[in-house]
Amino acid sequence: MYGGGYIPEEEKRKQQHMEEDPAKLAEFEARIDNGEKIEPHDWMPAEYRKQLIRMIEQHAHSEIIGSLPEGTWITRAPSFKRKMALIAKVQDEIGHGQLLYNAAETLGKSREQMMQDLLTGKSKYSNVFNYPAKTWADVAVIGFLIDAAAIVNQVANSKGSYGPYSRALERICYEESFHLKQGHDAFVALATGTESQRAMLQDAVNRWYRPIIHFFGPSDKDSVHTGKLMRWKVKMMTNDAMRNQFLSSYVPKVWELGLSFPDPKLHKDDNGEWHFSDPNWDEFYQVIKGNGPCNAERLAVRSWVETQHKWIREALFNPNAKYTLPLS
Amino acid sequence: MEATQELLFKIADDALIMGHTDSTWTGLGPTLEEDIAFSSMSQDKIGHAWNLYQMLHDKFGLADADTLGFKREEKEYKCSHLTEVPTQDYAYALVRQFFFDHGQFMRFSALKNSSIEWLADFSRKVTSEIKYHTLHGDTWLKKLGAQGNEESKARMQSAINEVFPLALGYFEEGPREAELIEKNIFIGEKALQEAWLEKVGDLVAQYGLTLPEGNTVDPSLGGRNGYHTEHLQPLLAEMTEVTASDPEATW
Ligand SMILES: [Fe+2]
Ligand SMILES: [Fe+2]
Repeated sequence: MYGGGYIPEEEKRKQQHMEEDPAKLAEFEARIDNGEKIEPHDWMPAEYRKQLIRMIEQHAHSEIIGSLPEGTWITRAPSFKRKMALIAKVQDEIGHGQLLYNAAETLGKSREQMMQDLLTGKSKYSNVFNYPAKTWADVAVIGFLIDAAAIVNQVANSKGSYGPYSRALERICYEESFHLKQGHDAFVALATGTESQRAMLQDAVNRWYRPIIHFFGPSDKDSVHTGKLMRWKVKMMTNDAMRNQFLSSYVPKVWELGLSFPDPKLHKDDNGEWHFSDPNWDEFYQVIKGNGPCNAERLAVRSWVETQHKWIREALFNPNAKYTLPLS
Repeated sequence: MEATQELLFKIADDALIMGHTDSTWTGLGPTLEEDIAFSSMSQDKIGHAWNLYQMLHDKFGLADADTLGFKREEKEYKCSHLTEVPTQDYAYALVRQFFFDHGQFMRFSALKNSSIEWLADFSRKVTSEIKYHTLHGDTWLKKLGAQGNEESKARMQSAINEVFPLALGYFEEGPREAELIEKNIFIGEKALQEAWLEKVGDLVAQYGLTLPEGNTVDPSLGGRNGYHTEHLQPLLAEMTEVTASDPEATW
C-alpha cells in the first residue's frame, strides 16, 4: 500500500561516511541522469543499495501489515458487492507484498530475513497501520484516502531509477486505482446515506486525519540526505511535495461531500500550498518506536502466523535434505 | 418449484458460509502465495453464493441477493455443518477445502445434466472454476501427506479424522429430495456421496493417508433441515453486524 521514507537519525549519520570509487560513481550518476534504469547486476553505490532495500522492505511490510486492519472487516462487510471488493483488495495488497519482497530480494536480502526484521521491530512499516479500524467507515476511509495517499507516493516512486522496484510499482499502481475507485464508492455511499452512516463516517475522518497528515513523513525538503536520494532517483518527491499533492486532490473531494476535517487551520494559500495545524510529530516518532495504539497487536498477529504455520514450511522444505544442502 | 428453491438455498448457503469461514484466513496464510490462493477460492465461493441467491430472486421472485444472503434467521440457512466450524489449524482448513470442493465439483458436474436449463448452464460455468479448487486441495494433501514429513502427515491424518464426519453431513438429504430426483433436476445426495467417497478415498490413499471407515463414523446431520452447530449463530451475528446497526441504510 505504501512505500515509506522514514530513516532513523543515527542511520543517516552513519551513511554520510560511505566512500565510493569516484569513476564508478560518476558513471552511475550519468546513467541516472540519462533516465536509464539500474538493474540488479549493475554496479551501484552501497548506500543506494542499502536505501533501496530499506525503502522497498518497508513498503512490502506495509502491504502485509496493512492487510490486517481491513482484513478483519471482510467477514462483516455489509453486502455481496462490498465483501467481494474487500477480499479482492486485501488479496491484492498481499500480492503487492509478494512483488515487493521479490524486488527487495534482487538487492540481496532474503524474504526470511525481512520477515524476521519485521517481527523484531528492526524494520519498519507505515505508521497508519498502527491505528485501529474501528467501524465500517474506517474501511471506507482507508480504501479512499489512505489508498489515495499511497498512490501519490507510489506513482512518484514508479518513476525511480531501480528497475525491479519501478516495474513492481507500475503494476501495483494499476491495481491501486481499483482500490481507490472502490474506496471512493464506499465512502460516497456513507456520505450520502442515513444520518447514522454520515456520523460514522465523520467520526472516522476525524480519527484518520492526523495519521494521514503523518503519512508522508515530516518535512524533509532541507535535508542533505533527501537531496542525495533524489539525485539518485531513489526518492522522487519530497515528503512535503507529496503531502501537498495529496491534500490538493482529496481535501476538496471530502469537503464537497459535506464532511469536515478536525483542523480549523487546514487551507490552501494563493500559491497552491496547503497549511495545517501542528500534527504533533512526537506522536509520529512514538508510533515508529512501537508505541502506537496497535503496534503490539499487529506484530503479535504476524508472529502468530509465523509460529502457527512453522510445521508447514518445515514439511515443504523437505526435511530429509535439510542438513546436506548448502544454505545459500 | 419449492424443491428447486430448497436445492438452490442449500448450495448457496454452503458456498456463502464456506467462503465466509475460509475468508478469515486472508492475511494469515502460511505463505504469501498460499494466502492469495486461499482467499481467491473464498472469493469464488462467495461469488457462487451471490449468483445463486440472484437466481432465487430472478426465477422465483424472492428478495434480492443481499437480503437472502445476509438477512435470514439462522434456522432458514440450509448449509451443512462442514462449513460452519471456525478453525485456527491450517491442516483442518486444507482437509476441509479438499473434501468440500470435491463435493462441490461433483455436485455441479451432476447439475450440468439437470432438467432445469439455466441451472445446467450455471453449473457448466462454475465447474471449470471449482476444478482449480480441487487441484489446490489435491496438491496440498499430497505435499503434506505423501511428500511431507512425519509431523505434517500426522497433522493431516488427524484433521481428516476430525473433518470426515462433518464432510459426510454435507450429503444429508433435504426434505424434498425425492421430487428433485424424480424430475431429473438433481441426481440426489445418496448417489453423490457414493461417487464422492470413491473419489476422495482413492486420492487420500494415494497421498499416504487414510479415510476412516464410513460405517464407524456418525455423520454430522441437521444443517440441511435448519439445525446447526453452535458456531453458525455467532458467525451470522458477525456477518450482519454492520447491516444490523442501521437496517434502513444501504451500504
Ligand atoms: Fe497495495
Ligand atoms: Fe491498495
